[in-house]
Amino acid sequence: MATFLLRRLGAAVVLVFVIATMTFLLMSMTGGDPARNILGDGATVEQVAAKSAELGLDQPLAVRYADWLGAAITGDFGRSWFTNEPVMTSLANKFPVSLSVVVVAILVTALLSAILGVTAAVKRGWIDRFVQMFAVLGFALPNFWVALILVTVFAVNLKLLPATGFVPFATDPVRWLLGLILPVTALVVGTIASTAQQVRGATIDVLRQDYVRTLRSRGISHRSLLFRHVLRNAAPPALTVLSLQFVGLLGGAIIIEKIFALPGIGSLAVNATLQGDLPQILGLVVVMVVLVVIVNLVIDLLTGWLNPKARVS
Amino acid sequence: MSEAVIPAEALVPRLATGRQKLFRRVLKNPMAVVSLVILALVVLSAVFAGQITGWDPGRADLNDALAPPFGEHLLGADASGRDVLARLYFGARVSLVGALIALSTALAIGIPTGLIAGYFQGWFDSLSSWFASLLMAMPGLIVVLALISVIGPGMVGVMVTFGALLSPGVFRLTRSGVVSVRRELYIDAAKVSGLSDYRIISRHVLGVIRAPLVIQASMIAGIAIVLQAGLEFLGVGDSSTASWGQMLSEAFTNIYVAPTMILWPGLIIGITVGSLAIFGAALRDTVQGAEPVRRVRRRSLPVEEKATTRRLDLSTAATAAVIAPRDGGHEDLEPNDALLVVRDLRVGYPQQDGSETIVVDGVSLHVDRGEVLGLVGESGSGKSQTAFSILGLLPDTGAILGGAISFAGRTIASADGQARGAAALRGRQFGYIPQEPMSNLDPSFTLGFQLVEPMRHILGLSRPAAKTKALELLDRVGIADPRRTFDAYPHEVSGGMAQRVLIAGAVACDPELLIADEPTTALDVTVQAEVLDLLRGLQRERKMAMIMVTHNFGVVADICDRVAVMQAGRLVEQAEALELFDDPHNPYTRMLLSSTLEDTEPRAARSSHATSSRGTAR
Repeated sequence: MATFLLRRLGAAVVLVFVIATMTFLLMSMTGGDPARNILGDGATVEQVAAKSAELGLDQPLAVRYADWLGAAITGDFGRSWFTNEPVMTSLANKFPVSLSVVVVAILVTALLSAILGVTAAVKRGWIDRFVQMFAVLGFALPNFWVALILVTVFAVNLKLLPATGFVPFATDPVRWLLGLILPVTALVVGTIASTAQQVRGATIDVLRQDYVRTLRSRGISHRSLLFRHVLRNAAPPALTVLSLQFVGLLGGAIIIEKIFALPGIGSLAVNATLQGDLPQILGLVVVMVVLVVIVNLVIDLLTGWLNPKARVS
Repeated sequence: MSEAVIPAEALVPRLATGRQKLFRRVLKNPMAVVSLVILALVVLSAVFAGQITGWDPGRADLNDALAPPFGEHLLGADASGRDVLARLYFGARVSLVGALIALSTALAIGIPTGLIAGYFQGWFDSLSSWFASLLMAMPGLIVVLALISVIGPGMVGVMVTFGALLSPGVFRLTRSGVVSVRRELYIDAAKVSGLSDYRIISRHVLGVIRAPLVIQASMIAGIAIVLQAGLEFLGVGDSSTASWGQMLSEAFTNIYVAPTMILWPGLIIGITVGSLAIFGAALRDTVQGAEPVRRVRRRSLPVEEKATTRRLDLSTAATAAVIAPRDGGHEDLEPNDALLVVRDLRVGYPQQDGSETIVVDGVSLHVDRGEVLGLVGESGSGKSQTAFSILGLLPDTGAILGGAISFAGRTIASADGQARGAAALRGRQFGYIPQEPMSNLDPSFTLGFQLVEPMRHILGLSRPAAKTKALELLDRVGIADPRRTFDAYPHEVSGGMAQRVLIAGAVACDPELLIADEPTTALDVTVQAEVLDLLRGLQRERKMAMIMVTHNFGVVADICDRVAVMQAGRLVEQAEALELFDDPHNPYTRMLLSSTLEDTEPRAARSSHATSSRGTAR
């Protein structure tokens, strides 16, 4: 188990490094003149050159990369070109909001799609057809459109839930939760739809296995068979799907945050994109990838714990 | 599940699927047709947008601002007084072209790399597989945003990037399709006959992955449309032309003034993407075949075995009805104290078209206490189905359609479904030994746990007591190091050991009737004899009755008191074992006997060639 863990950890570090490097090179090699971009058309050539020197853009690419990487390892992604705020500070301010949304969404997805998917696989009948139809619906409806409908119905017309705003958990847990209901609902419609479908498939696969029949022949109760044996064997593929959903949710949250005016990474990302704020975007990408890698690592460990075979391979 | 008979018709279309046939079969699916028609309408309205609407999508007239629907503007006008319907028509162009660019990119990257990686494998395979998982770990929207900050919001660049991010799905699909095909014999045949790699790939490999690729492509197109609308909605897209996402964004600004404005673009996105998804699902259903058929046949068999099954299907094996069975259909010898009585059992699988595939037809037999009955027949003769009917473990799609089964004088199964006693007897009175040891152990639990769990449940033993008993059992079934085996997982032991563990599990709670379904078939020849000895020893010392399902008369001669011979779902002959060997009445029995006994080593007869290395290998 220790070697399994170490190997996964090593692969994760390599992955983060490669993506960070790729993003840096991609973003530094293309694009026109960032200094001109920042100062606007009115600036003189001298001003632009001075700005370039200030930002270190007159250095060769290799030097810039080495500088950036050296600092990034210590958690310093430099300062925003436009607000001059340290990138890490703004990320530290914004990420908790987005993570609130994404983590609650992934938990809700895991719980509901497990219930729906397993029930559909075991009972079949109408609930099975519902899960299948829901899968198409959830795929077809963009989550930001669902969010718009939810806002219109529940916030604008019925005035049941807040349309905008975020209250930190520490300030008021109840209002934190109320504020999350609509954004999370909008996000999970799609993820539950596809995850439940995958859980259903995985469960049906396990139910067809020979060992399930043999376990039944041993007189094991239906409950024990389902909750102990079937769920455990169906869990690894479902967990893999869940980790992919997490990646998707990080992107989805950016759009959803605009609708609910949540002060998360969404506005940060959009503004940095529109302005071409390189350090900000690089920091954002790296932190996101680190998050994704951590989640994948956790899922890998869970899979290894559930499935003894995965530990060796 | 080695015996489930699958009707020939169910297999034939799958094997004979050609390009034309698949397409025609998809068109028989109403969902596929409806979704294709909708998609065609969307495409046509995008192409002929200028012809169908008189409104210019960009012409703003503030007098018409937020005009209500069904007036001069069919769907109303937006905040700048532009016609909503016209903007939907023209917006479709952006979405469709964007989806097309993303899709082409994903296919152009994914298919060639997948083909090369899967067909030639080696370093390119490792590298590209690693790269694919790397791409999948990237949060797509963030990457696209990062790119837009550098290259600007041009649609082509964005959708190409997005297509590249989606290419791992295509890559993996292509690669796994190729890997599964390249081991097939007909690929070897093509190689031997001198076809070039290029010809083999284009002729054979692409044919196999075509349908899955179309399904994947419809998903990618859908995702691309949604993502593009998302970017437009965020305001980082190309804002020069009308698009669905842009319309949603503008509707959002006016959500308090004109909330219905968000409906139209959302609906058209939903309908378009939904049609793509439904088409994909319909195609998948067509390729995979109908559900019930799939559920009967759990695992695809090698081709030659399919052929056997088909040949022995009831409809073709009319010979069974012609021959008068000696003791076949009747139970003249049934004593009053028989432990298990099966009378006129009929088992079938209802098909989608309302017909039934009968796999067991009018079988009557009995087993006395302490007696060993051999149930003999070829693959597909219905012997395993009979055994599963007794255990109450027929697949969900199968059912007892006639007759009754009783155990110790109590009816446990009947056609009307009233008597359902088998569940209570499983583990307690019934022990079951499966054919394939490795697939019959739960891979996620230790062997010890799988032995202890039923004992705790059925005998009510404490954990330590159950463990002690399990270790004794493991010792009894001839496992050298019971403690080590107790803590091992199924993948850590050999097939022979796994079968011994399964035998230990079957007898753990002292059943009165042991049902063994070809317990030695999957084992190595040397292990077969040992396992058979073990079974005979256990049966005698515990005075259990036993049904030995087998196709091997060597096994019958070794262990059985009486034999029932089955062919194509019917009982053709039933006799004392010695009597049957001396004087087989039925020609089918004679045929089976001669095919087994001609070999000098009866026990090794059929399985020796198939499973020479299994059992000792890990």
